[in-house]
Amino acid sequence: MIETSKLNAETIKKYLAEGKRFDGRQPDEFREISIETGVSKNAEGSARVKIGKTEVIVGIKMDAQTPYPDSMDKGNLMVNAELLPLSSSKFESGPPKFPSIELARIIDRGIRESKFIQLEKLCIKEGEKVWTVMIDIYSLNDDGNLLDAAGIAAIAALKTARIPKYDEEAERVLFGELTDKNIPLTKDVPISITLHKIGNHFLVDPTAEEEAISGTRLTIASSNGVIYSMQKGELAELDIEEFNKALDLIEKTEREIYKKLEKHFK
Amino acid sequence: MTKKSDFERPDGRAVNETRKITAKVGVIPNADGSAMFSFGETIAIAAVYGPRKMHPQHAQDPQKGVLRCEYNMISFSVNERIRPGMNRRSTEISKITEWALEPVLMLEKYPTAVVDVFINIIQANASTRCAGINAAALALAQAGIPMKSLVSSVSIGKLDKQLVVDVSKKEEDWEEGEGATDIPITMTPDGKITHIQLDGKISKEQLKEAVHLAREATKKIYEIQKDALRRSVGEQ
Amino acid sequence: MTERKVIIPGEVIVHGKDYLPGEWTEKRNDEIVSLIFGVVEETNKLIRVIPISGPYQPRRGNVVIGEVVNVLSNGWFIEIGTPESAFLSLSEVPGYVNKGELAEVLDTGSMVVAKIANINKRGIDLTIRAAGLGQIEDGIIMNVNSNKVPRVIGKEGSMINLIKENTKCDITVGQNGVIWISGETTEAELFAKKAVEFIIENFFKEGLTEEMERWFNKEKEE
Repeated sequence: MIETSKLNAETIKKYLAEGKRFDGRQPDEFREISIETGVSKNAEGSARVKIGKTEVIVGIKMDAQTPYPDSMDKGNLMVNAELLPLSSSKFESGPPKFPSIELARIIDRGIRESKFIQLEKLCIKEGEKVWTVMIDIYSLNDDGNLLDAAGIAAIAALKTARIPKYDEEAERVLFGELTDKNIPLTKDVPISITLHKIGNHFLVDPTAEEEAISGTRLTIASSNGVIYSMQKGELAELDIEEFNKALDLIEKTEREIYKKLEKHFK
Repeated sequence: MTKKSDFERPDGRAVNETRKITAKVGVIPNADGSAMFSFGETIAIAAVYGPRKMHPQHAQDPQKGVLRCEYNMISFSVNERIRPGMNRRSTEISKITEWALEPVLMLEKYPTAVVDVFINIIQANASTRCAGINAAALALAQAGIPMKSLVSSVSIGKLDKQLVVDVSKKEEDWEEGEGATDIPITMTPDGKITHIQLDGKISKEQLKEAVHLAREATKKIYEIQKDALRRSVGEQ
Repeated sequence: MTERKVIIPGEVIVHGKDYLPGEWTEKRNDEIVSLIFGVVEETNKLIRVIPISGPYQPRRGNVVIGEVVNVLSNGWFIEIGTPESAFLSLSEVPGYVNKGELAEVLDTGSMVVAKIANINKRGIDLTIRAAGLGQIEDGIIMNVNSNKVPRVIGKEGSMINLIKENTKCDITVGQNGVIWISGETTEAELFAKKAVEFIIENFFKEGLTEEMERWFNKEKEE
């Protein structure tokens, strides 16, 4: 009904000072993560990820298109996100607003900068036809931390996606007919972890109630200690000591989450 | 009871047999009511938010609450990616869905308020609007909206000259003979039609028969919907 | 624990001329039909249905908990989860408030426990002129569906008192489904919150009070 009230905001901060959260978690603890792939069969690949009650679904579609002029022999990547009104009373119908645009762009950069998708192997005919990988992210229930859920779902969907058949003569994709080939991916999985600062305390994986009072957030996509992309969002400031501490916390969490989800990422 | 027939449907079903139906209530925790409903590989999710304040104010009805439905397919629900956003088809189906549901809703208790129903098709294999309406009816019930009854929706097809229940995509694309005629129908448990559409080619007599088939099919769907609602209470 | 009969809107509850249609039911010929998804309750041939979910139905005299969303010159608009606005007039707070000082008394974002004094076409009129009403300073706010409130309170307060005793917390339950928990420690408050969540999950079962007692004993052993 109500957005996080001032009262609960104060109480959440009071609890954090004691290292506690409303649902009994530690500040550096994630809720239970579940991953299911192949959930939408007309997509080339798909995944549904739940983190606690937060749920997202991601689908991969591919098409053969003309390459960009500055990468004539490389495939294309496009990431799109929709924060569906069905997932929260916060979201209205209509064209994408900033939160969904930002989410898509953050996930895009993590995947693009890490070169997780080997785009150079997605060339069909240099200068003329390349594969475009389209990642579409949809929120199904927003109880905070859609960002990290979307990142995990995108990876899981990419891992299990298969390339559609391509008719070379007719120069068109045979949608609905898949080859046995997976999308060429590197071993280094870029995992997106978002750290939030509430009052003077850091936490990961906020619920919707916690996220609503977050002062600032730092999202980093990284793998094995190498950072590929970063975004600081919202208004609160971070001093340098806090920033360094944030980097350490994110690295530690990234390792833990990677270990937890390893079997999905092999 | 399934009838034996010489007619071969692409997936081997009997002519009056629906695909496997699954229905689950309470799938979106944030919503006031929600449900998933599937006919075979067609999967719809519906969520209800409301009654809640209606904006803009000029759209409010001082006599009763307003039902507002939005249907859309997600981009990867079909083989050829759909560009995100509403289009003419989804706009029309949104309105059709409103007309299918509103006759059974009792919104006089909520003047000036709006009841929002959002339907998204996660995976499409034809009959998506029917799956959406079935999911929406469940979601509205779970949300505690007063209703005279549920409604149940199914598509009846005519493939060349043969009537079939619950049209799949392969059947929608039927090319032999007279091709495919698609007739989505929504009915109340006591047989009142709240929604019917048709495109194709059919005689008046066969259309009457199609409606009769829909009556039988929606009775079965109603039982599944009721069961889904009851199960949702035990599993809170 | 047995379960009460769950009914679907449009479903026949009972046949018979003797039965009377109570809340959320309708008589169609000789049948009592439900108009809502809920649980059937019968008292001396009067059949009513208790909704499992649904919007809060405000009634005069209800104690509600809400958040100030707007400060005007003559009062405050309070959000209590209804489509109609709830208004707390300057004249309905104890003591004297200078015009222009309203924000100092209650600012946007403040939570209050109030009573519904009146409901009319314009909306809902609130008051905080009575003991136990007023601004909330600390503790946790929980939201549950308003239809579950009677279960959280219990017959003559039996359930809510059980929670208070076992958690040593002060708990105020708004009829609009907003619950305020205030305890000595964060542990106590979280314990009370957990207890309420347990009731919500098992709201449809009979003998819930005994089940709650067993739950408390088990939790305390841990």
